[in-house]
Amino acid sequence: MAGSSTLARQQVDAQNNQRKKEKMVVKTMKRLIKNKLALFGLIIIFVQIILALFAPWFAAYDPIKQDLTNAELGIGAEGHWLGTDNYGRDVWSRLVFGARISLLVGIGSVGLGLIGGITLGLISGYFKKLDGIIMRFVDLLFAFPGILLAMLIIAMLGTSLVNVVIAISIWSIPTCARIVRGSVLSIKKQEYIMAMKSLGAGNLRILVKHILPNCTAPIIVFATMRMATAILSTAALSFLGLGAQPPTAEWGAMIAAGQDYMFTSPHLTIVPGIAIMLVVFAFNVVGDGLRDALDPNMDLDY
Amino acid sequence: MSLHTKPILEVDQVKKYFPIKSGFLKRTVANVQAVENVSVDVMEGETLGIVGESGCGKSTFGRTILGLESLTDGSIKFRGEEIGGLSDRQLKKYKKEMQMIFQDPYASLNPRRRIGDALEEAFIIHTNLRKTERKQRVKELLVEVGLKEEHAERYPHEFSGGQRQRIGIARAVSLNPSLIVCDEAVSALDVSVQAQIIQLLKELQQSHQLTYLFISHDLGVVKHISDRVLVMYLGATAELAPAGQLFSNPLHPYTQALLSAIPRPVVGRKKERIRLKGELPNASNYPSGCPFHTRCPLAHERCRQEKPVWREVEKGHFVACHEV
Repeated sequence: MAGSSTLARQQVDAQNNQRKKEKMVVKTMKRLIKNKLALFGLIIIFVQIILALFAPWFAAYDPIKQDLTNAELGIGAEGHWLGTDNYGRDVWSRLVFGARISLLVGIGSVGLGLIGGITLGLISGYFKKLDGIIMRFVDLLFAFPGILLAMLIIAMLGTSLVNVVIAISIWSIPTCARIVRGSVLSIKKQEYIMAMKSLGAGNLRILVKHILPNCTAPIIVFATMRMATAILSTAALSFLGLGAQPPTAEWGAMIAAGQDYMFTSPHLTIVPGIAIMLVVFAFNVVGDGLRDALDPNMDLDY
Repeated sequence: MSLHTKPILEVDQVKKYFPIKSGFLKRTVANVQAVENVSVDVMEGETLGIVGESGCGKSTFGRTILGLESLTDGSIKFRGEEIGGLSDRQLKKYKKEMQMIFQDPYASLNPRRRIGDALEEAFIIHTNLRKTERKQRVKELLVEVGLKEEHAERYPHEFSGGQRQRIGIARAVSLNPSLIVCDEAVSALDVSVQAQIIQLLKELQQSHQLTYLFISHDLGVVKHISDRVLVMYLGATAELAPAGQLFSNPLHPYTQALLSAIPRPVVGRKKERIRLKGELPNASNYPSGCPFHTRCPLAHERCRQEKPVWREVEKGHFVACHEV
């Protein structure tokens, strides 16, 4: 009897927890969806994710298989609704597999950048003694123009997509570190941090369990916006021949390959160009929308 | 007062300065003398009220005792053991014994943590209890401070100010401390809730044999709850006496001015209000001699030059003034 009642209580507790956690996320999502532009962006991102996940299923052809008899077919050609490139490869299939690469590189570089940036930001915001040193290092990274820094790193490490991820992530670190540091500086003055100190909590516990959860909002916004930059930079680096190497289907590389045929087959540059534009636009508007949706001042009962 | 004879905390000549740094090399150009030579013994089981106007260093004093601010100079002994200037790690075992209740019940709880998790944290840090035992202790605590067990699953924003302060109190007593610093613990609450919280504090003092350092600017509350009262002015101690004695026979001119500012609801009994001239001096430009001489109605040449000695004028009644 006692056992069943505690079990029942545990279930109720679990439901309550579920409800609370859901509430925050659902509330943010609801506010985000009210923003029409952000909704549009979300749909594009969703489509990209689906295409990337099920690329082999969406693509009718092998993206790197050449078929010279069907080279440079225009849009709407039979069997190739987006045409083919100069080697006769299906543009739609390449686009779908390119979605996979740009998403992976975006997530990878933003993820790595976040790890570095959050760590540096937390440390420099919390430990006053290390603040000066870390921030000067961050200033140093800021002094390089982003794409130049990326090129420098690729020049050192060699051209490959993995190195592009590393290069772009390093370039994301300084901005992220500054954003996190700013949040930490304001949060660490809160009385509940003082309360944890008076309880005898260690610095690591305070940083990870109390400060970090309270600066997730700016981090989420930063990560979303950064996805757009990362995808654009990947395309730019591949366009310059520093990222994906032929015959990999990558949007920037596709534009680079297509530019020689701009007058005979303009779709080879325009189609991947539109893909890049849409995705970058989508991440930017979703980031903007998230910033508004996560703004505590717009939340009346928090 | 025979009960309170053993000192739990001996504070001797404590100073806390905040350096003002400026320039590229961050050289110290001046010091804000937040706490200036405070010496006081806190007895086991008593409630020591600390009063003074805003910015007189009473909160800083409380935090310095708990090691939340580093000590500039002086000595703090807890049960005879020196704790001033210890590192955080060395202080950890004393943190179990000394806790704090904060002023703002809205700011002192992490908005993203459930009450149960917030209270459980103290046990995670200081004990080896298993998870179920910790949860059990949290529930007992909540009931002890007049909340319900199921409140553990809620977030801070679902509570009223008074309830939040109860949570703050639960957190402070969770480790069975012997000394609690109440830093303006009831100032942010409205009057009816204040009374409940004070009642709760008194009950807990009985059941846990607590010693309180009750920091407040509200003289009425301090009079009600304190055994002894310490008056601070500009970081220094002005007067210390048993509560009744201080309120009936204040000796220091600052205490007199402070007490005359209490509104009196009695019709027809007008007492002359002592009005202090001028502003509180800047603590970074500390006055010479007696810190109060710039505003004291009785000040004369000696006060400007010489620091008054902290001396016992009657049994248990200390004052720092040349005129007394």
